[in-house]
Amino acid sequence: MSFLKRLKDKFTTQSNSASEKFKTGLEKTRTSFSTRVNDLVKRYRKVDEEFFEELEEILISADVGVHTVMELIDKLKDVARTRNIQNTEDLKSAISETLAGMLHKGEQDGRLNLQTEGMSVILFVGVNGVGKTTTIGKLAHQLKQEGKSVLLAAGDTFRAGAIEQLEVWGQRAGVDVIKHQEGSDPAAVIYDSLKAAKSRNADVLLCDTAGRLQNKVNLMNELEKVKRVIEREVPGAPHEVLLVVDATTGQNAMNQAKTFSQSTNVTGLVLTKLDGTAKGGIVLGIRNELDIPVKFVGLGEKIDDLQPFDADQFVYGLFSGLEDEEKAE
Amino acid sequence: MAFEGLADRLQNTLQKIRGKGKVTEADVKEMMREVRLALLEADVNFRVVKDFIKRVTERSVGQEVLKSLTPGQQVVKVVHDELTTLLGGEQSKIAVNNRPPTVIMMVGLQGAGKTTTTGKLANHLRKKHNRKPLLVAADIYRPAAIKQLETVGGQLSLPVFSLGDQVSPVEIAKQAIAKAKEEHHDYVIIDTAGRLHIDEELMDELQKVKEISNPSEIFLVVDAMTGQDAVNVAESFNGQLGLTGVVLTKLDGDTRGGAALSIKAVTDLPIKFVGMGEKMDALEPFHPDRMSSRILGMGDVLTLIEKAQTNVDEEKAKELQKKMRDMSFTFDDFLDQMGQVKNLGPLDELLSMMPGANKMKGLKNVSIDDKQIGHVEAIIKSMTKLEREQPEIINASRRRRIAKGSGRTVQEVNRLIKQFDEMKKMMKQMSGMMKGKKKGGMKFPFM
Ligand SMILES: Nc1nc2c(ncn2[C@@H]2O[C@H](COP(=O)(O)OP(=O)(O)O)[C@@H](O)[C@H]2O)c(=O)[nH]1
Ligand SMILES: [Mg+2]
Repeated sequence: MSFLKRLKDKFTTQSNSASEKFKTGLEKTRTSFSTRVNDLVKRYRKVDEEFFEELEEILISADVGVHTVMELIDKLKDVARTRNIQNTEDLKSAISETLAGMLHKGEQDGRLNLQTEGMSVILFVGVNGVGKTTTIGKLAHQLKQEGKSVLLAAGDTFRAGAIEQLEVWGQRAGVDVIKHQEGSDPAAVIYDSLKAAKSRNADVLLCDTAGRLQNKVNLMNELEKVKRVIEREVPGAPHEVLLVVDATTGQNAMNQAKTFSQSTNVTGLVLTKLDGTAKGGIVLGIRNELDIPVKFVGLGEKIDDLQPFDADQFVYGLFSGLEDEEKAE
Repeated sequence: MAFEGLADRLQNTLQKIRGKGKVTEADVKEMMREVRLALLEADVNFRVVKDFIKRVTERSVGQEVLKSLTPGQQVVKVVHDELTTLLGGEQSKIAVNNRPPTVIMMVGLQGAGKTTTTGKLANHLRKKHNRKPLLVAADIYRPAAIKQLETVGGQLSLPVFSLGDQVSPVEIAKQAIAKAKEEHHDYVIIDTAGRLHIDEELMDELQKVKEISNPSEIFLVVDAMTGQDAVNVAESFNGQLGLTGVVLTKLDGDTRGGAALSIKAVTDLPIKFVGMGEKMDALEPFHPDRMSSRILGMGDVLTLIEKAQTNVDEEKAKELQKKMRDMSFTFDDFLDQMGQVKNLGPLDELLSMMPGANKMKGLKNVSIDDKQIGHVEAIIKSMTKLEREQPEIINASRRRRIAKGSGRTVQEVNRLIKQFDEMKKMMKQMSGMMKGKKKGGMKFPFM
């Protein structure tokens, strides 16, 4: 069974609103991307240097990053050589296979690590304005709908209005927020939130933190301290450290992933703002170099605009135009 | 490595080229490959990179570069110059309406930093221009956005106009301007909600706010970490609103900031300010030259190249290089070279500017004292011509004579001769490295 066929099957058996939502969110990304690949395939009948050069450009324009792109192109050239592919049409599926292979490494890695017994603690980290607070609001809503009891910790005590922002999301999702005053010690808020979550027997505690640029050493130290408090209070916690990455970000996202991982041992990514025209290709490089999986994608500002990330779906989204043509043949 | 500066990379490329004696057009092409990679890694849009490379190649294959003794550095310089020119001049002026208030609209994607920048700009207008701005909370969508601006205003003791989040931004803008007239505010800064450039409804709303408030400036606030999409965002906002300038935020991070070039290239809008931190005074004018160095990842090396270029006699440098290779370097050359180095400025400062200098073992523990150079000069000048050319002949009695003649001690003379020997060895090693591919090799600007 071909790769695209498998994907297709996966979709038809899934065919729920979630995957529809994901598809709509990716519509713009997909159309532009797949249209361009299709154009490319039409324009270049033969698999030659020029073809690869343009493919390289398409990937670079998606923020995949030069190093990863060059690796990918080398792989594809290998594939073309060993399978003796000369027609560009025949290379299309190899392109999506290679990309998916990079993102998809196991069944488990897209899933949230939630405890079946006892409390799960999730720490959100990232630079300023990427969508941490919004994502917490969306995830709280989702978990609540699954019947879990959720509590939010207002760990961003720095940015003006950040606590109020989280409180609004708490109201929208119907969950409580533990807070201190603006300007207070974030580690202390987190400590109190952990205590509250324990005494209320909460299933999940979602911890917000202030956005910080990864090169600010003192702020990264502060974050480490927050994490230590969690580790000390709840054995095995935090169960997830999610780095929120804005899809509009270019190569700096790699630095973010590296540095935040060093100080907080990031377990997954949330890729936000995929409803725009940016493609978030940097997650390929991050997966490739640091092996951090993407767990969720943000597709808008509304409460249900958060979807689990599925590598196959992601690639399917990018290449669905190709698939249609394959079928027509 | 991903964040190696362009200067380092060209250095490596040059090591491959060196030894051939002449730099060809093919070599320039090879160097341009490195320039391309550096720009792409810095997030400059790939189309912008393409055009740029074309321009720089044309200039680089020109006579000046190929004939130059330091083609690598010439290329860096050409690239840097072109970048700086493209990025435009320093223009942090803000328009003034002759019938106050002057209205400034802040627009951009979600999370770019509009609210913070609104506060910084107000602070700047008050402090630097002694103005009395009114801040307007027109982000009715993001939860607590109004509260955020109110807090910022409170920190600055500046008034914030708000009608809550149930009144349309158009109405808010209208009433804010009326109020500003009434209370004699000379500036009105409207903080709008972040939105996607492809969100027709919300972009339409911005156009209406523009119509009603007749702004003198519409600033696009852009996160410096933005990738390839920066061109789409800037082009689209500009096309729909007619922007007047750009503010680049979060430049205190470790991003290379290639988006600045992309935006400038597609919109030709001036980059007016850069955000350098979360505090209210962390707003600076944009410096195109610093931005180019940053995009190319090369720190202060340009200052160094410039210094070397204006002070070093190329003919002499060429001769010196040859001497280094065949070990015929004499005390006269040493003196000569020292003279040139002295023209460049304090030695430790020079060394600290050199990429890779910290990696060189031999140089690490050498502390260089300018006063000592004078002593060295005196010692060498007390040598005979033959002694300078053939230091091997300097025996004990000659050493005593030289010491007396220069007013230094015999120990100092001994030390210098020893150092000279070591230096010769090191030079041989270094010229070997320059020919070979060994990493970590470096090149003095005067070689
Ligand atoms: N279009 C879009 N906007 C988003 C998304 N996620 C967050 N945002 C917006 O991005 C801005 C910054 O989000 P916020 O949660 O405050 O970021 P934080 O500073 O990381 O907590 C807000 O205006 C959000 O509404 C998304 O997936 N799509
Ligand atoms: Mg936040």
